[in-house]
Amino acid sequence: MPSIQLKNISKYVCQNVNLEVFDEELLVLLGPNGAGKSTLLNIIAGLIDYEGSVLFDDEPVDKLATSKRKVGYLFQELALFPHLDVASNIAYGLRAQKQSQSGVEARVGELLQMMKIKHLSSRYPRHLSGGEKQRVALARALAPSPQVLLLDEPLSNLDFSTSKYLRIELQRLQKGLGITTIYVTHNQREAEEIGDRIAVIHHGVLEQVGTPEQIFFNPQNERVSEFIGSPNILPCEYCRELGQGLMEIGTGGLTIVVPYEGVEIKKIAISPRDIYISVEKPPGPDLNRFKGKIVEMTPSASLTWIRLRVGDHTLLAEQPTDVVEEMNLQVGSEVYLILKLRWIKTLSDPFT
Amino acid sequence: MNRLKKIRPGWGILPVAIFLAIWEIVARLNLIPGQFFFPPFSTVVMEFYYLTANGVLGDNFLASLVRVLIGFCAGSIAGITIGIIMGWRDFVHKALNPIISLLYPIPALGWLPLLMLWLGIGEALPITIIFICSFFPVLYNTVTGIKNVDEDYIQVARTLGASDIRILITVVMPLALPNIFTGLRLEAGMAWRVIIAAEMVAIPTGIGALMMKAESLIRIDIIIVCLIVLSVMCLTFEKFFAYLETRLTSQWR
Repeated sequence: MPSIQLKNISKYVCQNVNLEVFDEELLVLLGPNGAGKSTLLNIIAGLIDYEGSVLFDDEPVDKLATSKRKVGYLFQELALFPHLDVASNIAYGLRAQKQSQSGVEARVGELLQMMKIKHLSSRYPRHLSGGEKQRVALARALAPSPQVLLLDEPLSNLDFSTSKYLRIELQRLQKGLGITTIYVTHNQREAEEIGDRIAVIHHGVLEQVGTPEQIFFNPQNERVSEFIGSPNILPCEYCRELGQGLMEIGTGGLTIVVPYEGVEIKKIAISPRDIYISVEKPPGPDLNRFKGKIVEMTPSASLTWIRLRVGDHTLLAEQPTDVVEEMNLQVGSEVYLILKLRWIKTLSDPFT
Repeated sequence: MNRLKKIRPGWGILPVAIFLAIWEIVARLNLIPGQFFFPPFSTVVMEFYYLTANGVLGDNFLASLVRVLIGFCAGSIAGITIGIIMGWRDFVHKALNPIISLLYPIPALGWLPLLMLWLGIGEALPITIIFICSFFPVLYNTVTGIKNVDEDYIQVARTLGASDIRILITVVMPLALPNIFTGLRLEAGMAWRVIIAAEMVAIPTGIGALMMKAESLIRIDIIIVCLIVLSVMCLTFEKFFAYLETRLTSQWR
């Protein structure tokens, strides 16, 4: 499968974008709405005109029509052909390539099997659930054996559990096929979970490209930091294995229990949205529960940013404004903090 | 549910039967002054039988039917073909749309005096009128149908390696079918309404001409026979296209 290079790409909001996606890599293009993510996918697919150059394996493909670029594209709205049943939807690209009927049938059967949708083959899209539609659309994109897979927020219209399940399946499939993939999302958690690397894009400018750890623990500027949720990054002074997949770390006078993945931990990161605040002492064991003092409050319409002094650290937390008003939080109030174990990120390889 | 569905057609016939019964009674009991102008339904049925038996109704009906079929088919085929090209290619749309926008609002019968002078009184005249009557609405609906196809479907097909012509035939045209059928269904009935009017004014044969002859002979029963034939044909044509549309699109709509 080819590597993809974008050289000085300009179109709409995107100006002089340079990006390289490695062979067999899954790169996540992360950014808010209107950042230019879908524009870049459309450029790679050749669906719109652009300035600059797109290269597959160092070969420019700018003059190739979309139909010749061998790109599998999963649109956000999936766009399953409503007048064709599932099998015919999947077969569409194969028939466009004028493959023999027996070849088409064999490949469609293979994909129905791979995506676990054999029982749906004669159904029309209007009779499919969101998750089923997503699988059919992916099968259709993969059917002609594309060199590159472009996924435009493919899971954004699904409920949380279906989306999570399909994300894992998608990742497994991508690694199994070894297909170079660009995955567009505005969901930071989705990006961290699925991406080999993440490219953060804001208003057409690539702000940072790196591994999820690099982006999260070492955001290059304020915009990246803001977009990934302005995490609290704490250095690890000591760590001790607790067993059962947990490790205790010490930082600034606090003892925090974090997930343990078998390597020494250098830093941890906690997103402001993953800090619970309570005015009363929370029930349960005294793990990841701390007493702190509010030193600053910045309210906005729906969210309030709260700075808390905890141990030697000042942590940033985010709470819905109505909850803050309900709890009558004020600067100087003493509160309890709970750090959600599941969402504490750990860094073992300090690249800074 | 199935039982209800089976019962439904009977309910549709009932009001018609009641209407015909009231008609018969009112006419027989001379409840309307000047009953000469209001024959009972049974008299109309008898007249239908006589007109059918002596071949008058059949000949005139056939003349109208042939005109409608030729004019409607030619107009629809031309409308669909040009509509597809206009809907698919922007430059064709830009070139033709101003002309079509000017011609479309003219009622089909408005062309009659001009066509009488250009074509003379003959078979070409009613066929051309029906052609015009069918062409513009079918064209308009086809263009709308093609242009309304979601761009995402076209782009997906493109990424799957399909050529433009393949996308047009396998994606755009099937998805435009509901709009195209709306045009065909409406104009199939309209063609009958227009042919009757044209035959009344300018053509000596056909159902419309028969009605005008009946009017001059003060034969209300024959006029009503013709109106019933017209009503049945409008309904039949419209229902045929509604059926065809359901057959072709109900699975996925």
